[in-house]
Amino acid sequence: MTGEFSEKVDIEVTVNGEPVEARVPAGRHLVDFLRLDLGLTGAHASCEHGVCGACTLRVDGEAVRGCLMLAAQADGADVWTIEGLTDQGACTDLQRAFVARNALQCGFCTPGMIVAANDLLNRGGIPTRAQIREHLSGNYCRCTGYEAIVDAVESVARARAQDGKGARAGEGAA
Amino acid sequence: MTIAFGNPDRPNSYIGKTVPRPNAERLVQGRGRYVDDIVLPRMVHVAFARSPVAHARITGIDLEAAKAVKGVLRLFTGADLAEICTPWVGVLAHLKGLKSPPQHALAVDRAAWVGEPVVAVVATTRAAAEEAASLVMVDYDDLPVVTDTMTALDPETPLIHPDLGDNLAFRRLHEEGDVEAAKAGAHKVVSARFRTARHTGVTLEPRSILVDWNPAEEQMTAYHATQAPHMMQTVFAEHLAIPEGRVRVICDDVGGSYGIKVHVYPDEVATAAIAKVMGRPVKFIADRLESFTTDIHARDHEIEAKIAVDEDGKILAIDVDDWTGIGPYSVYPRTSAIEGNQVVNLCGGPYDFANYRAQTTVVFQNKTPTCQYRAVGHPIAVAITEGLVDLAAAAIGMDPVEIRRRNMYADDAYPVTSPAKMRFEGLSHHASMDKLMELMDYDALRADQVAARKQGKHRGIGIASFIELTNPSPFMYGIGGARISAQDGCTVRMDPDGSVVAMSGVTEQGQGTEAMLSQIVAEGVGVSPSRVRIITGDTQVTPYGGGTWASRGAGIGGEAALQAGRALRDSILEVAAAMLQADQSGLDIRDGQIVDADTGIERMPLEELGRIVYFRGDTLPKGLPRELVQTRHYITSEYPFAFTNGVQASYLEVDTDTGVVTLLKHWCVEDCGRIINPQLVDEQIRGGIVQGLGGALFEEIHYDQDGQLLNGSMADYLVPMAGEMPDMVVGHVETPTAESELGAKGAGEAGTAGAPAAVMNAINDALRPMGAQVTEMPFTPERILRALSKIQD
Ligand code: FES
Ligand code: FES
Repeated sequence: MTGEFSEKVDIEVTVNGEPVEARVPAGRHLVDFLRLDLGLTGAHASCEHGVCGACTLRVDGEAVRGCLMLAAQADGADVWTIEGLTDQGACTDLQRAFVARNALQCGFCTPGMIVAANDLLNRGGIPTRAQIREHLSGNYCRCTGYEAIVDAVESVARARAQDGKGARAGEGAA
Repeated sequence: MTIAFGNPDRPNSYIGKTVPRPNAERLVQGRGRYVDDIVLPRMVHVAFARSPVAHARITGIDLEAAKAVKGVLRLFTGADLAEICTPWVGVLAHLKGLKSPPQHALAVDRAAWVGEPVVAVVATTRAAAEEAASLVMVDYDDLPVVTDTMTALDPETPLIHPDLGDNLAFRRLHEEGDVEAAKAGAHKVVSARFRTARHTGVTLEPRSILVDWNPAEEQMTAYHATQAPHMMQTVFAEHLAIPEGRVRVICDDVGGSYGIKVHVYPDEVATAAIAKVMGRPVKFIADRLESFTTDIHARDHEIEAKIAVDEDGKILAIDVDDWTGIGPYSVYPRTSAIEGNQVVNLCGGPYDFANYRAQTTVVFQNKTPTCQYRAVGHPIAVAITEGLVDLAAAAIGMDPVEIRRRNMYADDAYPVTSPAKMRFEGLSHHASMDKLMELMDYDALRADQVAARKQGKHRGIGIASFIELTNPSPFMYGIGGARISAQDGCTVRMDPDGSVVAMSGVTEQGQGTEAMLSQIVAEGVGVSPSRVRIITGDTQVTPYGGGTWASRGAGIGGEAALQAGRALRDSILEVAAAMLQADQSGLDIRDGQIVDADTGIERMPLEELGRIVYFRGDTLPKGLPRELVQTRHYITSEYPFAFTNGVQASYLEVDTDTGVVTLLKHWCVEDCGRIINPQLVDEQIRGGIVQGLGGALFEEIHYDQDGQLLNGSMADYLVPMAGEMPDMVVGHVETPTAESELGAKGAGEAGTAGAPAAVMNAINDALRPMGAQVTEMPFTPERILRALSKIQD
């Protein structure tokens, strides 16, 4: 993307539970800051204008598109990427289900898809397949045809409900 | 010893089982390594100033403003790169008459489509390179623009390449039997005009390449999101005057390909050329607009077609006139004539009929070049064929399933040669149709359709039978002179701890190549798949091979892996026999143990054999062969292609007030021969179906008459998202190819091949009582309302 403003901004962010202080160009997008400055390449940049969901991150407990938010806007925020969520075990069940159901092929959409799906599951309850499809409708996947992803998310929702964890699962990282 | 595939309880029975993909865990954790994730010391970034006009002479270039941007290191014009990079011509000798002009890495004095790279800007950051690229000033003198396919050959249409004499890139006419006589004597002749829209692949990972040139070693290393590393090695070597052995192409994780990443792109070759000039790593990652204007497009066809049938629904003749516009250049080295050629080869594919005429006309235009994209030509040929068959069925009042049953090749008819001169070794159209009927409960669905109709709901059932071309031999490209390998190799070795490493020339793009290979090698050697590590995508390491295209990974790469695994097994057993003073034929390897073949009693773990071979070779008989590494290559030789077959069905509802189509359910039964991993095959099929559904309902690249691309973003070019897609039922019939021991054919394109036709037929089934019909894809609400005469301007 063009138009990186030349001014620099000082920010303090918590990324995956660790404090980060940085001086970033004012036009730097959050996903680029994470990828280029912090080496966290789990979130991907694809459409770079908010349509595909490949850059989905968790910021202050919400699923957010890292290509629409500036790093400067994240000053003071609590940012989680797939790397941190993995380390925390916040979505281990979902990751296992994706592998077991082969809900990924090339894997480029997968980190964003998992963050988005975890966001839905953290609301608790067992969403219908239609609700799962609706919730993931901002996350593009060219490989799978989506059905395996819906299956994986549905199976985790059921398992979490059965374990009585519901909305609490995954809170460790939020 | 052959593998008893029929016995699921045989030892080491990994082929045919759902085994998890070894690389999936990494990817769900965000630990993939795509090209843009790689950072090298002294790395710089390149961005391109691209032509904003569809056809113009370049009369001046002013780089001053661009040079002034902080961080800009160097700029290259077409003339600069032409000094170190030779142009290429996208023709193949066996596509007779195909012509195309030389194409340069950067436009030299003329730009011929919107998006063609003109100036390359190298800077320390991507942002600086992009900003500077936007400041490059180029003077363009407009030339006449050709955009329409059907008038491209008219005498009053300007010539895009005056040196070539006309705008015709390629034409092929195939005639079999006497089509005119058959039509004259037919009970009914039905005709239709079909259109498939211009598509592009929209890989989530954009095209990406990072090239390093080490002047001290005179070695080029390209980290490339590609399907064909060895092909790219040849291309870089040839056009940049580097010995082939000094080019290494590495392909780690690739974020989706579908045929998009198997072609030679001028900006990628420019990136390699610049790396060589600057002697440092140069990275190019396409942005989304660049993806839309420069990734290859496909499927932009207009077709007039006719079918002649007798009273019993027997097909007497099929007559196809296909036209496609390919942009200003035939894409190197696979050419842009293959898609049209495939339409000629594939129309009428499932059916036993005598009179066939098909012509494809491939013309130049000032639009993005088109080339091979998932299921090349199949969705077009299947839409034509299955659309015609349904229209014929309606014309004679026959059920669409019945007319197909009356015409499909009998399952015991093989081998046969089709009227298109395609040779089929063994297909299963009838068994597949039977299975489909059972899975979808056809009669119940028809009843549901009738009941829905009474409530004013217009539902439709669409059926589409198809054939799919897989496991290509050199007849696809090699005989035309392209250095594109149809053979593939695999090296399998055992290390001291008894684990196995396999290196293969086929590549992983997410379809599960590495899982599939690990299962085959595991079964071939006799170890668990978890003991097998697969290495792909490195020309300096793996055996020479073609990579991933035309659904060849399992059928060709898999067979090489099986043979290499079996050979390693023999080598291990020869050593084991010497160590155990036993007869080699009485030993087997099971789950990593040398065992007595008859009793299964464990004699020695592979670790022990490894320890002796690698560290105590002194204890083995002198002269005993002890190479625990074997390589095998495989190429098909009996048939030019291994055809597969299948049949799909769509059930959907059309809202006749809004024109909106709701997909209710989708089925696919296909026969890819031996199934190595059922889950991976099913998910290939599902992903492929959805790609086909996108083409049926949403995807269409729009240009205006000046050649401006109008919808170059993911917000404007609609792709299928989770909300609109149906659940899909997938079933199988297995007719292994006898060409290989493994018996596998391809499965990567079946879904995409048949889905658009199934949807078209279902929509027309829903609309038929209203006398409406659609044959122009995508079937947007507007087109459906027009067909219903609800929009009329
Ligand atoms: S890259 Fe952010 S939504 Fe596509
Ligand atoms: S797995 Fe490739 S885009 Fe989703």
